[in-house]
Amino acid sequence: MLSIRSLCKSYAVPVLIDVDLDVAAGQVHALVGANGAGKSTLAKILCGITPFDSGQMTLYDKPYRPTGRTDALAAGIDMVHQELMLVDTLTVAENIHLGRIPNTLGFARQHSMNRAASQVLQQIGIGSLNPATLVGELGVGKKQLVAIAAALANRCRVLILDEPTAALTGSETEILFQQIALLKSQGVAIIYISHRMEEIERLADWTTVLRDGRVAASDRAAALPQSAMVAHMAGESRRMEADRPRQPVHAGDALRVRNLSAGDAVSDASFVVKRGEILGLAGLVGSGRTELLRAVFGADRADSGQVHLGEQAPCRYATPRHAVRAGLAMIAEDRKRDGILSTQTVRTNTTLACLPRMATLRSWIKRRSEESEAIRFVDLLHVRCHNIEQPIGELSGGNQQKLLIGRWLMRGAEVFLFDEPTRGIDVAARAEVHRLIYDLAAQGKGVVVVSSDFDELMMICHRIAVVHRGRIVRDFKLDEMSRHRLVEAAVTGSSAT
Amino acid sequence: MSDTGGKSVWHNIRQQVNPEYLGMAGVLIGLVVLFTLLSDHFLSLRTFTTIANQVPDLTALAVGMTFVLMIGGIDLSVGAVLALSGAAMGVVLVDWGWPLPMAICAAMGVGALVGFVNGAISSWWAVPSFIVTLGMMEVARGAAYRITNSQTKYIGSQLDVIAEPIRGLGITPAFLAAAVTVIVGHLVLTRTVLGRYMTAIGTNEEAVRLSGINTRSIKVYVFVIAGLLSGLGGVFQSARLSSADPNAGIAMELSAIAAAVIGGTSLMGGRGSVISTFFGVLIIALLQTGLAQVGVSEPSKRIITGSVIVAAVMADTYRRRYAAGRRRGRKPRKPGEA
Repeated sequence: MLSIRSLCKSYAVPVLIDVDLDVAAGQVHALVGANGAGKSTLAKILCGITPFDSGQMTLYDKPYRPTGRTDALAAGIDMVHQELMLVDTLTVAENIHLGRIPNTLGFARQHSMNRAASQVLQQIGIGSLNPATLVGELGVGKKQLVAIAAALANRCRVLILDEPTAALTGSETEILFQQIALLKSQGVAIIYISHRMEEIERLADWTTVLRDGRVAASDRAAALPQSAMVAHMAGESRRMEADRPRQPVHAGDALRVRNLSAGDAVSDASFVVKRGEILGLAGLVGSGRTELLRAVFGADRADSGQVHLGEQAPCRYATPRHAVRAGLAMIAEDRKRDGILSTQTVRTNTTLACLPRMATLRSWIKRRSEESEAIRFVDLLHVRCHNIEQPIGELSGGNQQKLLIGRWLMRGAEVFLFDEPTRGIDVAARAEVHRLIYDLAAQGKGVVVVSSDFDELMMICHRIAVVHRGRIVRDFKLDEMSRHRLVEAAVTGSSAT
Repeated sequence: MSDTGGKSVWHNIRQQVNPEYLGMAGVLIGLVVLFTLLSDHFLSLRTFTTIANQVPDLTALAVGMTFVLMIGGIDLSVGAVLALSGAAMGVVLVDWGWPLPMAICAAMGVGALVGFVNGAISSWWAVPSFIVTLGMMEVARGAAYRITNSQTKYIGSQLDVIAEPIRGLGITPAFLAAAVTVIVGHLVLTRTVLGRYMTAIGTNEEAVRLSGINTRSIKVYVFVIAGLLSGLGGVFQSARLSSADPNAGIAMELSAIAAAVIGGTSLMGGRGSVISTFFGVLIIALLQTGLAQVGVSEPSKRIITGSVIVAAVMADTYRRRYAAGRRRGRKPRKPGEA
């Protein structure tokens, strides 16, 4: 039904080169590729956000050339975006009907709108959600489902899902998958973009792998097993994941956290990280993992408890500045909101945390040394960018993440706190981030990693502590780890084995 | 990009100079040409020295305003602070008999103090700077009336050192001081750690805070600088008028904002340039003088000036989009392209 022929698009460099793609009704077409491979650009072109340079698209044998999102919607192509496009200050129902709110002379018909929204919510299995709730009050997972509901209410013929499960819990993911099956049976074509290989193996009827803007492989899903997909993405078959370093035996404590409480989210949490140790913090969304890291780092106020860094006197850090001075570093969960300065250059973003060091009298910036430092880290971290003067917002998520880690490597710290360090980045970048974490541990730094992906934690951590309702309930050593045990402890909070 | 030799002088200039400045200079030259065509008296050295000697106070305010806008704030009190610090200088000079250098320090000190209060309240209590400085605009204006008993205070010849044209040069020491302010302001913004932090805060304050930087005190510094420069503006204006007028600088905060946005400074923070702001000041002053010479009435002057401000920002937005498109190698679309 939807077919694309020799589609080209370039920014400073070509992003899509001669891309051919055929999407059939009632099929899930998976689109995979490393970050920067052109998946998101392709999706944006399809739903009219970005124009393309050359090539042809046809939808039901009619030429399709959208000039804006509304064109695409009218043609029946909708997209649930990776970065959610919801209005926080409107209700769930209003968001679902955004752009076509039922009204009489401009006055919204609140009741009929809420009723219609209720039906859609029911359909995707979250009927318990009140359509009059403000979207801003929902967690990320629920928001994602609302965004999907909005697309459904639109009665689209082609639905593009860009990393839809990145923020969903297991049961929410199941609901989504059921919905996808339902849509398929109704003849909707689905373009599914994801980094998660298991999901693609489970859902896809047809898989297309993009690499550097070209179609590297396109075949029935059954003909492209996971290993083949990865090989096509990487361009060569190579082993990407390194081994985690050996855990040090006789090392001092890098960080001790005792009875830390902060607001409602963190209560009486205690944990220890040794030098050279990688500690995982596992927990469900909303268990207080992120809040715990933020309280340790002074990003949020801690009400009671102690943080004890190395040999320093125990204290609580009032602001991130105090924590950084003492030797802590935190890589926040939400890159865009808490990490990057998106309109500023790669150079500015990388050197932000240690500018005074590159300045005469800690105030007059030495251009040369700033530039050479930035270049050194761009090379060291294998960051893909044109030059250090490119705005960081133009880079892919994985490259942004590497630069944010670089910001702290440049500054130097004794303990690194990583919050979801590999969310939304591709397999290759993920392996590189893991390698950076291993390097830190090998240098004797203490590392704490928060992740919703328990498999990832089991792969990279020496020890995993489970967080439940703001406290650490259980501690698993390397030989005790199992997915089952972790999930059980995270869900029930029971500390019995 | 690496073509060096064998190109025209014009090409070399284009490579060296920030294209933003070239655009602004182009607008200035265009205005000069326009007024020259419209009026026989316009093109003379006298016109230009008149304009130069008019701008120091607005320049000082606009540089401070650019700093505040850079961090995503706004300072509506600068015009009132100009009046208050001018009044303070009048009082210490005339009533208390202080020597001039100390009086200048007093004026700038008053400005800095007000700026500190603005900054402290808006950053430590997290009140939007729009509100804080809106209130401060009234407070400072009231204080200016109080200390002058609502009367213009004549200061006299003591201030001539600042506002009398230097012989043989035609321009005043005040203009030179304002030019130095622009250069120093530009260097602070582009070359210092403080300037970098300001840009960063205007782009994403939370990211800067989480990088271990004390964003609150930087915001306070910025308001102190803006206050200090308003005080300097008060000195310049009192010197030009040889008196301290508590009604001085009414609506001048808006001219300062206009100058900054004509220069391409973003009201959302994170983007701006002191040099471009200075061009903005010159464009406003040139318009004022030129339109007066051509014989345009006061009401029409205001209509034209207002339109020019909006047109300048529209042109700037267009230019920025075009530049972004070119940087990404977007080809101009051919007609009839499939």
